[in-house]
Amino acid sequence: MTPSSVLAAAASGGDLFVAQNIFFGVIALVMVVSAIRCVTTRNVVHAALWLVLVLAGAAAQFILLGSEFVAVTQVLVYIGAIIVLFLFGIMLTKASMGDDDSVATEKRLMASLVAVLLAVVMGIALLDSYSDTRVVIDEPQRFGAVSDAIFSQYIVAFEAVSVLLLAALIGAIVVARKE
Amino acid sequence: MILNQFLLLAAVLFCIGVYGVLARRNGIMVLMSVEIILNSVNINLVAFGAFRDNVAGEVFALFVIAVAAAEVGIGLAIVLLIYRNRRSIDLSEADLLKG
Repeated sequence: MTPSSVLAAAASGGDLFVAQNIFFGVIALVMVVSAIRCVTTRNVVHAALWLVLVLAGAAAQFILLGSEFVAVTQVLVYIGAIIVLFLFGIMLTKASMGDDDSVATEKRLMASLVAVLLAVVMGIALLDSYSDTRVVIDEPQRFGAVSDAIFSQYIVAFEAVSVLLLAALIGAIVVARKE
Repeated sequence: MILNQFLLLAAVLFCIGVYGVLARRNGIMVLMSVEIILNSVNINLVAFGAFRDNVAGEVFALFVIAVAAAEVGIGLAIVLLIYRNRRSIDLSEADLLKG
């Protein structure tokens, strides 16, 4: 199956999911363009703002997939907390660096080569394995089911993550503290 | 919806993030690219969770979000420390451990 036929199938998307596919396409386009702008723009503050668009797009995709809780967490944690952390980091380091183009061009060439090769390999693998698989979303995942799973089946991982967060925050304070 | 549309979107975002990590020399920009990579992984996890009608995908996406928050905290502290010591966050200048 060629990529164009997959895209065509995604665009037509059977008879039931036309609206979802249109929204998916628009959001995906916004995400890809913002991600490219984010990694290529010279202004670091603009990059952070483009990153906001990528993260918001990911939250929208989670809602399309029926996972409201992950979408809400994405908005709260990523857009609410992590972006603010990034902006503070940018302000504290006043990162104005003139890129040395002679070095940067070579580096960019290699990096884009690696990225394109990776995209080709992953794209071929995905088109080979999942070309006709459909996601059927009857109803959204309930908050209750997610929390039940976290606090029963995955309780050990949950506790480990909470200790990890505490350790990381204390570690960040210790590392960044002035003597 | 086709499962592959989400997986292909995540793959494209992953590659853009890899490009950012490799090409940018600003430490904060590298951290942002890592965030794009982690987000593409989250899209994959949630898509497979919806595909299998299983909450495990969402639970692990939440764990990834928590670990990403910890990673950004530590990463920005390290970048701040590098800036304080060297007055620059150009990662190509941080080559003390280079042979």
